[in-house]
Amino acid sequence: MIFERDGKSTHVLNDINLEVGNGEFVCLLGPSGCGKTTLLNAMAGFLSPTSGEIKVNGEAVRKPDPRRIFVFQERGVFPWLTVEGNIGFGLSKLARAEREKRIAHYVKMVGLEGFEKAYPQELSGGMKQRLEVARALAVNPDMLLLDEPFGALDSITRLIMRGELLRIWEAERKTIVFVTHDIDEAVQLADRVVVMSARPATIRQIVNIDIAHPRDISSPRYLQLRDGIFQQIGLAHKV
Amino acid sequence: MQDETTAKTRLRIRLRPVAFIAVLLVLWEIGIRRQPNHLLPGPWGVIGGIADLVRHGLLMKDVVASLFRVTWGFVLAVVLAIPLGLAVGWYPRAEMALNPILQILRPISPLAWIPIAILWFGVGDLAAIFLIFLGCFFPLMLTAINAVQSIPAVYVNAGRNFGLSSAALVYRVLYPAVVPNLIVGLRITLGIAWLVVVAAEMIAVSSGLGFLIVDARNAGNRYDLVLAGMLIIGLIGLLLDAGMRSLEKVKSFRWGYSED
Repeated sequence: MIFERDGKSTHVLNDINLEVGNGEFVCLLGPSGCGKTTLLNAMAGFLSPTSGEIKVNGEAVRKPDPRRIFVFQERGVFPWLTVEGNIGFGLSKLARAEREKRIAHYVKMVGLEGFEKAYPQELSGGMKQRLEVARALAVNPDMLLLDEPFGALDSITRLIMRGELLRIWEAERKTIVFVTHDIDEAVQLADRVVVMSARPATIRQIVNIDIAHPRDISSPRYLQLRDGIFQQIGLAHKV
Repeated sequence: MQDETTAKTRLRIRLRPVAFIAVLLVLWEIGIRRQPNHLLPGPWGVIGGIADLVRHGLLMKDVVASLFRVTWGFVLAVVLAIPLGLAVGWYPRAEMALNPILQILRPISPLAWIPIAILWFGVGDLAAIFLIFLGCFFPLMLTAINAVQSIPAVYVNAGRNFGLSSAALVYRVLYPAVVPNLIVGLRITLGIAWLVVVAAEMIAVSSGLGFLIVDARNAGNRYDLVLAGMLIIGLIGLLLDAGMRSLEKVKSFRWGYSED
């Protein structure tokens, strides 16, 4: 993938060959600016690759589609709509009763009961991200593409949100592609971690995380996998 | 005990601007009394002037005339400039094409158009409305263009992600996203409209508050009526602005004004 801007071309992604299975939770892990968000945007159809192709279920991806919903890092929810309005955003084609039922279901699923009539500016950062996930799920997509969705949250909320996301994933079993720069986050969440190099990003390694959920983050296997990735990226083990 | 003190403090805070104005009025009256030739009236003189206008039925007539022109000129400008500005802001090529013309026409004060206005429309309401329209059109266009261009791309991308058609994208994402910016622009432009109407009426028509001021001076140095006219202009301007501000309080628009 090559970006052209001001006459300079930036080589952002190089030789990416990746397959994601149905219902899988895959993490794209890499340092900031490596191009993982670009890859995710291309998967969503916001960008077209300069060479190569992205296919979902055999169909080439050409433009954004409600079957592949993108969850942004911040400011993704519509501030002029209430919680209900946001979740119901993609549901305009449904009958009123069905729509309200679905909205109520997802409000409950992400734990925002009592805030249905609230506006995003009245919610905390974690709640806004939960709202965005609810809005994404409400349209029953095939895939969720999450771009460092917890990056703007404090670390305690981040841990809580990871648990929430996994709980929702196990209930709905959507295919998830999750971009992060946090190694622990990737090992805690994903079935497979795609470790990417710095720009122009290539795939260094794909690590299979074979620990069942809920994962003990102090277990030897977890630490082994995590340290393996540390080494892959070339990070020192001691601070 | 606590409730009493907070109620008292609130009352005190509300009375402060009133007290301040009262002090200014007293100083004004004193300053007038000291003047040897009594050219400008004091506050009582102005109130007398207002009473005079009311007695002769002129006050309502002039206020209505001015408001009528402002309303027409402003509404016409809104109806034309906002959709056009939104479209121009959305398509970069349109902006590139129109920008030079806009930038040249914008700094020309509407008052400089007075000779042309009178040439085209004669002396009367139409000329005044035309001038107000001009004074509002360019700021509103620029507000709309700027509002569209400052929509965060996230909203547009999210809208497209949910499969919205272009039309749906415009009224479900674009329009709500620009409304807070537009309201600010509308408020400022309404202020401009009110300024232009007074100036336009001094030259191009024979009724209205601006005309009242000029006429009062010409017809016998009635400075009490001049100041009365100014006071009323100020008060109506304040009311118009307060009216626009109340739009900002609508909950669905308030997100655009928070300290985020």
